[in-house]
Amino acid sequence: MIEIEGLGKSFTLHNQGGAVIPVMTGAHLRVARGECVALTGTSGVGKSTLMRMIYGNYRASAGRIMVGETDIAGAAPREIIQLRRDTLGYVSQFLRVVPRVPTREVVAEPLLTLGVARADAIARAEALLARLNIPQALWSLSPTTFSGGEQQRVNIARGFAHAFPALLLDEPTASLDAANREVVLTLIEEAKARGAAIIGIFHDEAARGRVCDREVDVGAFAPGQAA
Amino acid sequence: MTPLLQVRDIAKFYGARRGCEDVGFDLYPGEVMGIVGESGSGKSTLLSCLAGHLPPDRGEVIFDTQLHGPRDTLTMSEPERRMLMRTDWAFVHQHARDGLRMGVSAGGNVGERLMAVGARHFGEIREQAVDWLGRVEIAADRVDDKPQAFSGGMQQRLQIARNLVTGPRLVFMDEPTGGLDVSVQARLLDLLRGLVREMGLSAVIVTHDLAVVRLLADRLMVMKDGRVVEDGLTDQVLDDPQHGYTQLLVSSVLQV
Repeated sequence: MIEIEGLGKSFTLHNQGGAVIPVMTGAHLRVARGECVALTGTSGVGKSTLMRMIYGNYRASAGRIMVGETDIAGAAPREIIQLRRDTLGYVSQFLRVVPRVPTREVVAEPLLTLGVARADAIARAEALLARLNIPQALWSLSPTTFSGGEQQRVNIARGFAHAFPALLLDEPTASLDAANREVVLTLIEEAKARGAAIIGIFHDEAARGRVCDREVDVGAFAPGQAA
Repeated sequence: MTPLLQVRDIAKFYGARRGCEDVGFDLYPGEVMGIVGESGSGKSTLLSCLAGHLPPDRGEVIFDTQLHGPRDTLTMSEPERRMLMRTDWAFVHQHARDGLRMGVSAGGNVGERLMAVGARHFGEIREQAVDWLGRVEIAADRVDDKPQAFSGGMQQRLQIARNLVTGPRLVFMDEPTGGLDVSVQARLLDLLRGLVREMGLSAVIVTHDLAVVRLLADRLMVMKDGRVVEDGLTDQVLDDPQHGYTQLLVSSVLQV
């Protein structure tokens, strides 16, 4: 489902003397349907950078990133927009929403964008919020004032609202208590069971061991270290 | 899929000074494109050229019309272009007073645009006007008040209702949240996002506010000195800017 070959990335800082900072070279990765692959490596090694490149958030300097039939590294913006709507989901570490929008709308939005009937989208959103132990009294409020853990759970509910065939998870269990961590791991297992290809960053080793089938050390793609 | 709007090689000069030059892009149905840049970068000149308010010195603005397919709006007849502006196109001005009839009631402001496309039944016009005022969160008991009696945020919402009541397919917006309090801005952003999704609108939004484009626009074009220096997916341009000017722009935003 996800195939990465010869992927390279460097940043050029035009306002700091045009410094060119290579951060990745020759990255490669394959994830099949129903498989979960963990990105590992020390902090700053480029795990999030790789994930952002797969989402099309960072521009690739070289190589190919196939998600289904689309090469993210060369795709037009509207192809990536479409891919993000129906195929590729991303749970980032930070919730970014329009202020004032109620939580249940935030979670239902990916479904509404896909044209799912409003009642069905809201029902799915509410079921996920309930599973993730967000008190019902909060559903009609904007999540901007919620605690860090609550925002993280709203973000996860939003990411799992649509059954994406490919999912990127950046620290999905960070800042969660044991009960909610269990819910998130079960959601990941369910997504795998329905055939989703998943790439995740997990600092939580026990979580990684439970849901991930393989680990890929991103440090191997650091410039100057590639074999 | 046919692009809704195809912009080719637009240039506009004020004497020897460049307003904008070499601008081209395709906009597809349902897409929202943001145009950012500092004051004097040519973004408003470009928007005026696209929307037919200012004749460019060269270029094409090809719109996929409902009756005749893609047509260059710069060479079509004046009555044809006026009809387009009243039906398929809408323009939301930064200052609501530029887009409203200040001496006419709120209901009249919305109804007038319906009448311009042939609506004649007073009861139906009023009913639609009240429905639209509700959608932009203006209470039904304000329908007979004139816009002078409205706050800035309400005037802006009224302008949006007036523009969208005829079900346009393409909306041009010039700094739609400029000059509003942040809480009012958020409300307007939420409203615009909902309308774009529900009506399947395409939009071109000019703003200098990067937070606004991140929340509203799928794609982003960055202008400097009348030229496009960078374009791409909105979050890609903002999170991984390639051009020096964009890097400066993004790094200059105050964090809250």
